[in-house]
Parts: sequence; structure tokens; C-alpha cells
Amino acid sequence: MKNFEYIQPGSLNAVSTLSKEKFVSSHLFAGGTDVLGLMKDNIISPDRLINLKNLPNMDKIVYKKGEGISIGTLVKISDIAENEDIMNHFTALAQAAGEVASPQLRNVGTLGGNICQRPRCWYFRGEFDCIRKGGGICYAYEGENKFHCIVGGGPCYIVHPSDTAVALTALNASIKIHSNGTMKEIPIREFFILPEDDPMKENILEPGEAITEIFIPELETGKKSAYIKLKERDVWDFMTVSIAAVADVSGSLINNVELAFGGTAPKPWYDENINKVFINSKISDLETNVKKIFNDSELLSKNKYKLQLIRNLTKRILNNFSA
Amino acid sequence: MKITFKLNGENVSIEVESYKRLIDMLREDFELTGTKEGCSIGECGACTVLMDGKAVNSCLVLAAQIDGAEILTIEGVNQGNNLSDLQRNFLTHGAVQCGFCTPGMILSSLALLNENPNPTVEEIEESIAGNLCRCTGYKQIIEAVKATAEMSNQKLRNQSA
Repeated sequence: MKNFEYIQPGSLNAVSTLSKEKFVSSHLFAGGTDVLGLMKDNIISPDRLINLKNLPNMDKIVYKKGEGISIGTLVKISDIAENEDIMNHFTALAQAAGEVASPQLRNVGTLGGNICQRPRCWYFRGEFDCIRKGGGICYAYEGENKFHCIVGGGPCYIVHPSDTAVALTALNASIKIHSNGTMKEIPIREFFILPEDDPMKENILEPGEAITEIFIPELETGKKSAYIKLKERDVWDFMTVSIAAVADVSGSLINNVELAFGGTAPKPWYDENINKVFINSKISDLETNVKKIFNDSELLSKNKYKLQLIRNLTKRILNNFSA
Repeated sequence: MKITFKLNGENVSIEVESYKRLIDMLREDFELTGTKEGCSIGECGACTVLMDGKAVNSCLVLAAQIDGAEILTIEGVNQGNNLSDLQRNFLTHGAVQCGFCTPGMILSSLALLNENPNPTVEEIEESIAGNLCRCTGYKQIIEAVKATAEMSNQKLRNQSA
């Protein structure tokens, strides 16, 4: 790694100013587990790392019954996996956090960092001048694309790697962002972007902006949530595909459901039309109904198996709600 | 930049470059070479140390990040000139073969035992999920951790009896 300046500012305004300074490339830094990996692979080489750890009140979890839960951007993934309020009321997020990487990485990695981590595409991480790094083409499109997306791709075909982002998308969370002296709140379903909007970034954050908090509204009575992740190894792996659901299931009837999919698209995939297939449907009709989803997929040469996996996973998660 | 932290129970201060990783500082500046570097990307766990009681990969933490923290390396695990029960059980159960993963394995399982003196096999497996071992097949390691938990519980029972 080349030398860089390491700063720990004490205020958000200082973070904004420092990260927008002209002629100095800056990168925000929390746990650092992804940023350091990117720097070692020479994907980024910032002149300055801005560690957020001295910012006050960003490592707190505050649950207000009937309203929802606020999780500071610096809360560690391990603390989310073990938090009782999150386990009881926002189960999908606790399950997703427990599935992230290894205990060592969960002890350091933060929620803000987890949702902002860069993709794992081997062309992006490797020595390829790919479209996400400002080059001309996506090497995965006609190359090794076993782990690439089946929807939302083009001109780049990454999948978004974050487990927690998928859970937060189903849970309809919102992201609070400090933007040059003011605060704004963005629904997570509008936070992530597709390559067709900008192939070089995964979300709407601009230089000078920083996530301060993630808020999840309390689920309506009768609704529960869950997250399931399929991976090639039993431990410490990124998702092959994953699913998060918030559902109201009584007996054999699915009254309501909101689904989010991981490992399928360049962002956590959320589509009202997929929910509609299952709302007011019977558990016994799942076999036929799952064949109605992801029919518009653009399957690549080596990732066709994902379509069957994601349909089976949908069946499994909804079945679990009725069990 | 200057950082101050607690290393294996002792307060220390050192001037470090911003780009220095925790593992390099431990091995090069403090000559604590018990901490091993395997993959350098947080997959193998050979470089595991405890930071404020939690297992972390010292290859993915900057030295600058540990200012004010408490760090425990394998050199701080033994009790004086004696091996700890956990270390001795690793030896007697055949959990040390080539030995490269051992410091990391011991620190990951120590973090578990400090928080949970009565872990199940599943909890032991989860605690070492971020540590690769290419020799043992993990079974001996899990047995060594289980045996250590049983020994310390037996000691507690003897004390209260």
C-alpha cells in the first residue's frame, strides 16, 4: 500500500470538508475490512483515509416500541447479530448479520460499511480494466460469470455482496445521510443504483456525504421477517443467492409479503410485482407461483442455475413462515 | 502518528506510519512473531489477535485503529512460564500439527471461552469459523476447546466444594 494520511475528525462537517478537498483523494473508513482489501488490490489508492470512529453517537442501537429501531452507522455487525431487540423484532437483519463473513470480520465491520462494501466480482477485484473501474467492457459478460447477476445487469453484471442490505431492503429501512451540513433520509429501496445509472458506483452517496444511521420502522402486527443465505461453503462465504422476507402468513394463507433478493442483481433486488404474485396466495400453490417470478431474467452462460435456486429459496422461506 | 495501547497487559506507546497494519507492527516493531500472516485478506484467521476481548484479523486492521485498545497476542496467553490449560489441551489433543494456524485458533477459542465458559460444539465451531486449519480436520481443535471448558468448570466446582 502507498502512504496515505489518516484522520479521525470529531464532527460530520469536518468529514464533509475533508472529503471534498480539491486535489486530495479521500475515502471514508470505519471498520476498514473492505477498504483495506480494496487498497491492497490497488482498486483504490486514496491520499487520505477519514476514519469516522470519533464521531459521537454513531455506535448506538435505540429501539422504541411501536416506532422502530435506529442503528448507528458504526454499530458492529457482531453487535447487530446478538442484539435482542433486533433478534426479536427485526429477525431478518439479525440473521443476515450472523451470516456475514467470519467472527473476526463481524467484530470489526460496521453496518454502514457493510451496506457500502464494493462488489466481489473477480474481474473488478482482479487486474482487469473493467467498466466498474472506468474501462470499456464487462469481462464477466462473456467470461466467468457463475456468480454474476441474472437481473438488472448491463453494462456491468456484478451482484451486490451485502447480506444486511438485502434484509434492510425487505424491512423497508431508511438511510440517514449527512450531506454537507444538512441531513437527508432516503428509503433503502432508492439508495442503491443499477449499472445503467452509473456503472462505477453502487449507491447514491456523493463525495462529502456520510451515512449516520439506519432506521427500520416497526413491523405491523402479524408480520415477521426472516433471511436465508445460500453459499458454497458452510462458513465464511459471500452469498450465491439469498432472500429476505417480511410476511404475514396465517396457516396456509400468505396475507402479505415483501421480498428482497441477494446474489441476483447489482443491487438488493426488490420488485412489487414479485410480491404481488404471493400476496393473498396459498402456501400449497407456491410450487406453481414461484415459476412466475424472474421470468424476465437475462441469464448468462454460467449462472443459469441461479434461477432455480432463487425460486426454491422463495418457496423455502415462505414455507417456513407457515410451519 | 503516535498511538498508546495495552499490549499483553502492558501499557505501550509507539510512533507508527499511517499505512502500517496491526500485524506488521506486532511482528516488526514488538518482535511478537507468534502472530502469523497467511492470506492477508481476512480469510484464513492465522493473524487473529484479541482487540478489547474480541477476535480480529490483524492483517485487516491498521495500527492506527488500535489507539486506546487492549491487544492480546499468543505471547500473552501463557501464564508466566507455564502454558495455559487451553494451550496444553491443544497439545494433548493433537490439535497442533504443523502449528501455523495454532496462535489464531487459540485466540479465537479463548475469545469464546472468556464470554461463554460452557460452549456447545456448535458454538465452538462458530467461534473458529474464521480460522482455517489444513492439517487436523478441526475435530481435535474442537475437542481441545471442549476439554478446556470442562477443566475450568471442574476447577470452579472444586473451589466451591
